[in-house]
Amino acid sequence: MLRMILIRLGTAVLTVLLAATLVFLAIQALPGDVAQQVLGQDATPAAVEAMREQLGLDRPVWVRYGEWLLGLVTGDFGTSLVTGEAIAPELGIRLRNTLMIAVPTFILGVALALYLGLVAGLNRDKTPDRVASGIALVGMSIPEFVTATLGVLLVAVTFPILPAVVIDGDQASVVELLPATILPIIVLTISMTAYILRMTRTGVIDAMASEFVVTAELKGVRRRDVVLRHALPTAILPTLNVLAINVAWLIGGVVVVEAVFNYPGLGSYMIEAVHNRDLPVIQSVAVVTAIIYSLANLAADVGAMLLDPRQRTRQEAS
Amino acid sequence: MSTEAKTSEVLDSPTEPKQKRLRFGGNGTLIFGLVLIGLHLLIALLAPVLTSHNPYISDPDAALYGPSATHLLGTDQYGRDVLARTLYGGRYALQVTFIATTITVAIGSALGILCAHLGGWFDMVIMRLIDAILAIPSILALLVVVTVFGNSIPVIVFAITIVYTPAVTRVVRGAAMAVVPLDFVTAAKARGESAFAVVLREIVPNVPGVMLVEYAMRASWAVLLISTLSFLGFGANPPTPDWGLMISEGRMAMTVVPWSVLAPIIALSTLVIGLSSAADGLSGRLGVDRLSKGA
Repeated sequence: MLRMILIRLGTAVLTVLLAATLVFLAIQALPGDVAQQVLGQDATPAAVEAMREQLGLDRPVWVRYGEWLLGLVTGDFGTSLVTGEAIAPELGIRLRNTLMIAVPTFILGVALALYLGLVAGLNRDKTPDRVASGIALVGMSIPEFVTATLGVLLVAVTFPILPAVVIDGDQASVVELLPATILPIIVLTISMTAYILRMTRTGVIDAMASEFVVTAELKGVRRRDVVLRHALPTAILPTLNVLAINVAWLIGGVVVVEAVFNYPGLGSYMIEAVHNRDLPVIQSVAVVTAIIYSLANLAADVGAMLLDPRQRTRQEAS
Repeated sequence: MSTEAKTSEVLDSPTEPKQKRLRFGGNGTLIFGLVLIGLHLLIALLAPVLTSHNPYISDPDAALYGPSATHLLGTDQYGRDVLARTLYGGRYALQVTFIATTITVAIGSALGILCAHLGGWFDMVIMRLIDAILAIPSILALLVVVTVFGNSIPVIVFAITIVYTPAVTRVVRGAAMAVVPLDFVTAAKARGESAFAVVLREIVPNVPGVMLVEYAMRASWAVLLISTLSFLGFGANPPTPDWGLMISEGRMAMTVVPWSVLAPIIALSTLVIGLSSAADGLSGRLGVDRLSKGA
């Protein structure tokens, strides 16, 4: 089991490395000269040359690639082209702000989805199921920027208690940001619950139809115990992978929601960087999200091994 | 183990199709979805007939009007007719979605089938690459591509292809994996048929269900992604009538002329609901268990 976890860990590191390489290569494909872009069109050739040297663009691609990777490992993300300051501290603050939205959303979304999925799955094709499935379909189909926009409209018109957008984002402390996280959390939870709910529902239906649940029922085990002890662990198993995918989705959704609410997180950092063509920042944010996603996948795999004894042995052989 | 698996298979098989149809809602969902998609295609095609207003022309004197006889849904802050812009608004998204999804499913299916058929090194390298791309959230990957190459339609199509091909490859590979060890494939190989013939004649005809469901599903995601991109200001260029762009532009005057935001929201949502219902209905009818594949 430990060996398998180590193998997975190795795969995760490899995936992050590959993702970082792909992003680096994509940025290298940028047409035009970065130094020229930073300085603008009317910069003198001498100034551009000096800038190139300062940015290290005069050295071969693979040297820069190596240095960049080495920097990543030691926690040095380079410097922003726009502010000229180190990226790492700013990245840390943005990541913290985003986690303030992402973590509560994840917990809330999973809890809601598990509960609703269980209710829907146990009452298949009855009213609760139809209502839950219908809501899930609508929740999945309405993009986050729409829910967010409607949220702002609702707050602006009816309940002016919550702040709709963050005005002074960059300097805000954790406590000051707290009220601003409520609306983004609600918006993201709606979409996320919709995604996971469908999966849990299917898992519950499959588990309840399985032989071991029927056996448990025939043995006269209480309904509650049948559901919670026998059916649920099996039902959660296929959901785990979906959870990992949802973490990636969550980071993507955060980009949009942060843009709507002007929330100073990782997502709006990325959007600003794209607007300013601040390449080192774009690279850094992409790598950070790849790391988060790989960690989530790793956690899902380990979780699956803990829940399902078969996985501990079966994949060892392959 | 093998006998056990066989018994449960035999026990399950008679009830399985029925169960699947029930689980996904079946024909009703499919028809509902197809009707919505058809409606949107018709509106996009017939937009010039359905409204006499030009969706591009702004009229500062007629800005921010409420609904009236001349402007059924009122006007936006530039005085453009909201109904006309909503009717035309699907064209950009539908066009890009259609091209991008077709390419994505074609490349993804080809790669997935090749991976399943060839196995070995090819399979491993492709799967690793796919994991790496999937590790970057689609909207971020899209933003990176748009930063590098700009936001013309070919670039956005290319970006969506990059973002969604890995997922399609994975799902189709999974479906093809189930076909490859079957006897008729082995027989074809034993007959000495070329790899090309084996793939085309033996494997491809057995995975169209998965491909069709993937098509509907990816299309619904692509519509969402394209309008999100437009909303963020990296997709359709103003003054193109596009739902994402309309919602973004209308936000400022949302409380004054709510229809300038609500109309594109309703249009966008019904299209996506149509596409995902179609995907659900298809997977129910064809017995493709899309959910359990996760991606």
